[in-house]
Amino acid sequence: MSPRAIALSIIFGLVALGTGMGLLAGVRRKMDLEQWTVGGRGFGFLLMYLLMAGEVYTTFSFLGASGWAYSRGGPTFYILAYLTLGCVVSFFLLPPIWEAGRRFGMQTQPDFFLVRYGNQHLAAFVAAVGVVFLLPYFQLQVTGLGIIVSIASFGGIGRTPAMIISVALMAAFVLASGIRAVAWVSILKDALMLLAAVTIGIGIPYRHFGGIGPMFTALAHARPAHLTMPGATPNLGHTWYISTVLLSALGVFMWPHYFASSFTAKSADTLRRNAVVMPLYTLSLAFILFAGFSTVLIVPGMADGDLALLTVVRQSFAPWLLGVIGGAGALTAMVPAAILVLTAATLFAKNLWRPVVAPAMTDEQVAKLARGTVLALCAVSLYLAVYSSTTLVSLLLLGYAGVTQFFPGVVLGVFWERAGAGAVFCGLIAGVGTLAVLVLSGRDPFHGWSAGFLALCINFLIAVAGSLLTSPQQ
Amino acid sequence: MNAEKPSATAVVVAAIPFAAMCFSVAWWDRIDPRIFGLPFNMMWLLCWIVLSSVCIWAIYRLERGKRRNGGGK
Repeated sequence: MSPRAIALSIIFGLVALGTGMGLLAGVRRKMDLEQWTVGGRGFGFLLMYLLMAGEVYTTFSFLGASGWAYSRGGPTFYILAYLTLGCVVSFFLLPPIWEAGRRFGMQTQPDFFLVRYGNQHLAAFVAAVGVVFLLPYFQLQVTGLGIIVSIASFGGIGRTPAMIISVALMAAFVLASGIRAVAWVSILKDALMLLAAVTIGIGIPYRHFGGIGPMFTALAHARPAHLTMPGATPNLGHTWYISTVLLSALGVFMWPHYFASSFTAKSADTLRRNAVVMPLYTLSLAFILFAGFSTVLIVPGMADGDLALLTVVRQSFAPWLLGVIGGAGALTAMVPAAILVLTAATLFAKNLWRPVVAPAMTDEQVAKLARGTVLALCAVSLYLAVYSSTTLVSLLLLGYAGVTQFFPGVVLGVFWERAGAGAVFCGLIAGVGTLAVLVLSGRDPFHGWSAGFLALCINFLIAVAGSLLTSPQQ
Repeated sequence: MNAEKPSATAVVVAAIPFAAMCFSVAWWDRIDPRIFGLPFNMMWLLCWIVLSSVCIWAIYRLERGKRRNGGGK
């Protein structure tokens, strides 16, 4: 067999295996809206861990983290810090959200805002903002998948057919098994991902430098500034690091899909124990960073840092291993894409379409509409991935800091009785507005500070001050 | 849905990982001394990933004891 055929058949075999697991995950269960979106609130510790790890570890970790290590250097370490600190935040925040979710039957993030603040407009706005930031993130997974599969198969399968086939398979298991599919396919994806990360993280430095230590020695010698902050960037220094780590740690569970995944847990205690072990998963990112830092000296001067890792991987490994890495990469895109599209579709059907257009819809009709929306979103994103669009890139820049603007409404809603709908609404609008102005005019970081962090401060201030002024002393 | 606020001890323990991995960046963001061949800043963060997990576990034990003794509070 030619190297191309070997790699291609392994990639295809792994993707088919994952799809099979996803389709089987929902067998013998009636897929109503509750089962489809929150798995009937029955996920135990292990399934919960797989779901959350499956969501956090996206193609961004695969291509983006190594790309940052290549093109920016030291600032990349913020990823290790924020994912860990995000778990600390989740320990306190997710259990009360879960309690409220069970009591009031919440399935989505806007459901939380609706129940807590009793304001339809606020809930619809949260849903709209959520969908706007989820879509480019979904798009990124689809595009990344095309890149990984086409490079790993030595060009044996082009970007477009790779994207069409895997998005179709992904849509099939999402429609069949909902969130259960995401958790089950994660088993295969996480195992492969870990294997791929360790292989390339140790293999590349050994092959080219004789070890991880010698690789760092060579890098520190050739580019003394690359491994500390601001690294290879002009403005990502310590102020940026602190503000970005805080922003991202507070924001990670504000993504509508992470937020909603806490509803799938069997108990609040499951979420607490999950928060204890989740940080350890972040350790595997270290291997991706080893590989990323190695590429700095192996393929210097590449314009697109995100491609550095795959280029070096292709130079360094046997075809069968490339197939495994390609398969891992494909599943690493398909699993998060699945949860993203599932969440976006539910937000649209349940929290936007029903309250605004057709209040008389039953839950069953909402479930049907959500499934239809999954197909529509998949089709649109494939179209955009093939005829690439530049507006999406700027939306993506806004995404992470954008969803973090939900944080004041959530944390005050959970722990502070006086927080009022109007104040939270104003804060949210001001936060998203400030962020959009700063980022889209190219002023992020703003005087060294992360723009999202400044927006969050304004948002928080308005929400707190507004609540103090409008709601009575208790 | 006013949730019970975490105890002061829990908040102090939770602040430790933030102090170590975030606010103190200026003190540990350097390459030397290298540990097991890794730059100091990277090794520092990797160690604190594990230690943060230990901190969250400690809070879990603390709060669980409180929840049990609190008698359904």
